[in-house]
Amino acid sequence: MIKNIMIVGVGGQGSLLASKILGKAAMDAGYDVKVSEVHGMSQRGGSVVTYVRYGDEAVYSPVIGAGEADVILSFELLESARWLPCLKIGGTVVTSLQEINPMPVIVGAAEYPGELVEKMQALAVDIRAYDVQSIARESGNERASNVALMGLAADVLGFEEDVLRAAVASCVPAKALEVNMKAYDAARAMIG
Amino acid sequence: MKELMLGNAAVARGLYEAGVRFVSSYPGTPSTEITEEVAKYEEIYAEWAPNEKVALEAAMGAAIGGGRAFCGMKHVGLNVAADPLFVAGYTGVSAGLVIGVADDPGMHSSQNEQDSRHYAIGAKLPMVEPANGAECVAYVKAAYELSERFDTPFILRMTTRASHSRSVVELGDRVEKEICEYVKDPGKHVMMPANAKKRHVVVEEHLAALREFAETTDLNTIEDNGTQVGIISAGNAYNYAREAFGKNASYLKLGLVNPLPEKKICEFAAKYETVYVIEELDPVIEDFCKAHGLNVIGKDVLPLCGEYSDELLKKLLLGEEADNTMLGDDIPGRPPVLCPGCPHRGVFYTLNKLKLRVSGDIGCYTLGAVAPLNAIDSVYCMGASISSLHGTLQARGEGDKYVAVIGDSTFMHSGMTGLVNAVYNNSPLTTLILDNSITGMTGHQENPLTGNTLKGQPAKNLSLEAICIALGVDAAHVRAVDPGDLSALEAVIREEVAADCPSVVICRRPCALLKSVKKNPPVKIDPDKCKGCRACMKIGCPCISFADKKAKIDASMCVGCGLCPQMCKFDAIEG
Repeated sequence: MIKNIMIVGVGGQGSLLASKILGKAAMDAGYDVKVSEVHGMSQRGGSVVTYVRYGDEAVYSPVIGAGEADVILSFELLESARWLPCLKIGGTVVTSLQEINPMPVIVGAAEYPGELVEKMQALAVDIRAYDVQSIARESGNERASNVALMGLAADVLGFEEDVLRAAVASCVPAKALEVNMKAYDAARAMIG
Repeated sequence: MKELMLGNAAVARGLYEAGVRFVSSYPGTPSTEITEEVAKYEEIYAEWAPNEKVALEAAMGAAIGGGRAFCGMKHVGLNVAADPLFVAGYTGVSAGLVIGVADDPGMHSSQNEQDSRHYAIGAKLPMVEPANGAECVAYVKAAYELSERFDTPFILRMTTRASHSRSVVELGDRVEKEICEYVKDPGKHVMMPANAKKRHVVVEEHLAALREFAETTDLNTIEDNGTQVGIISAGNAYNYAREAFGKNASYLKLGLVNPLPEKKICEFAAKYETVYVIEELDPVIEDFCKAHGLNVIGKDVLPLCGEYSDELLKKLLLGEEADNTMLGDDIPGRPPVLCPGCPHRGVFYTLNKLKLRVSGDIGCYTLGAVAPLNAIDSVYCMGASISSLHGTLQARGEGDKYVAVIGDSTFMHSGMTGLVNAVYNNSPLTTLILDNSITGMTGHQENPLTGNTLKGQPAKNLSLEAICIALGVDAAHVRAVDPGDLSALEAVIREEVAADCPSVVICRRPCALLKSVKKNPPVKIDPDKCKGCRACMKIGCPCISFADKKAKIDASMCVGCGLCPQMCKFDAIEG
């Protein structure tokens, strides 16, 4: 069985670190794993997607296509809607409620669509939306939002609890470790 | 020990284990991390060169000088390095030489989608193409052994997904290689016609030997699953094929992609009812098959343009599409933008305001071309901003209507010769050098203007002013200005565009993402003073939006760069 996880957001939100954590967790759990990252121009405030694929058989492709993702982790609400077509029927979206206006919205050429969570729920999508920034902020730093999202998705990512937590601890820079672990644990506690 | 490694880091690991001594590269997505990672190994000398031609010549010198050497670049960098590339097979190597080139199918961060395999064929050089991290290490090590055995440089072809995907890599030890003894051999190393004629014959002999070798090497592998479908593929395209077809096809995976093994391919193709050739970009393997009379299916069904995926292969070759869910709403696009606090923003706003036509170049500042700035009229390739504008001005005049815009690293790469041409042939063109004190787009690499080497050592800090004056621009028309000061910037640009001689305006302010750049508290809007005039929107800052007819600042992104307060006539933005 191969598990397909997509991490989506806006360039600069910390998706590279999130994918490193999941890749490390998968390797430490003894799985074969591929992680595909985005570098360069599209990182500059653009829509960014990272793929993590792991399983107990050889993983070949580093990317995930339409209808193939078991889980979409999203740092930004509009991005969860943009990448929804990649979700497998029966898959799960775990998203931050943060909204970042893209340039077409800022210049008035488009509107940020409203009630996205409700609309996705109406399509029978298992979507779990949280105020991730607040969880991170209350733990000491909003920049720990990416790690908080890991905690909120801990039950659907398919790792043993201690494996995921250890991967977070080993990937986060030492000086930010305390805040990030606090954010992870607070988020993890929220989903029971 | 196992590690989850980026493909580029795995290439660097292979260089380390192969005993490589010398690395010279120019950064370019998706190749950059090879050289950044290799610089972390103490045993290896590694540097950023000002461009790919210089880097490759340095690496050739190191290899002929007796130490294993490497040179890395993106696909378009190989165009710049093509001159030495086409002689490198003739001069051969003393110690092994590998040239790493990363193609960008899908153009995630590039101006074209060229297929570097044509260079291997054209320059008559062997080429290997790994599909994952473990192969990156193994193929690099094999390439050095083979480079020395066949006395030829090898090209390592990467693609974006091979470079930028992480996979599990088993780490090995470094094997030190002694420097080869120096041998003066002008017949091999002095490429003038009399010698080159003899060396061309040797190149063809080496290629013939490599063709034989290609038939038996374990770089080319077969997985026979007793099926009716056979697939010939290479590199990351193989990953998509293997994922899409699984055990329902048999595979010839080519690790050595030039020269191709004629007999092996023909025998493989003969065994299966249907044979697909699956390769991203150009039909290189497919054309080879068809030239040898094989009835294979490739680009008649699969696209020439863009990146492949297992999803695409399932759809086009197997007629399979997964069910999914879509929202009915239009989802607004999210194109990349200049970062909050970017020092280039004020420059493009000013060029727009002055209604100047802008000859652009390659770097973060290419984003000055997108809405709402829309400030760039042309972008071709590294350095072309100045040289192409010279042509435009000679053809149509109107020197006061245009400027060239180029970054500091790009100017050092290939902008200087264009400026020399403008001075020499007397074009009254104005060049804006956007000096953000780093190579920005590729993720902050040092360059000859930053005062540091790749290895973090202090270096001579070249002066842009001194260079431009030395290239012949009148010292009175080499001006430096802070692009964060909009009125000063506008005044200097106005003066220099009006001048009837070559001029340079150095717009100097460090990249906002540099750790050394102090972030200020976010600015605030005073809603009582804001008249909703939208003047602040003209700079295209992603932190500013409008709600209830008033400007609104996203405090989580704003770095307090001070640009938007200068836009407000009503002092409604407090910095």
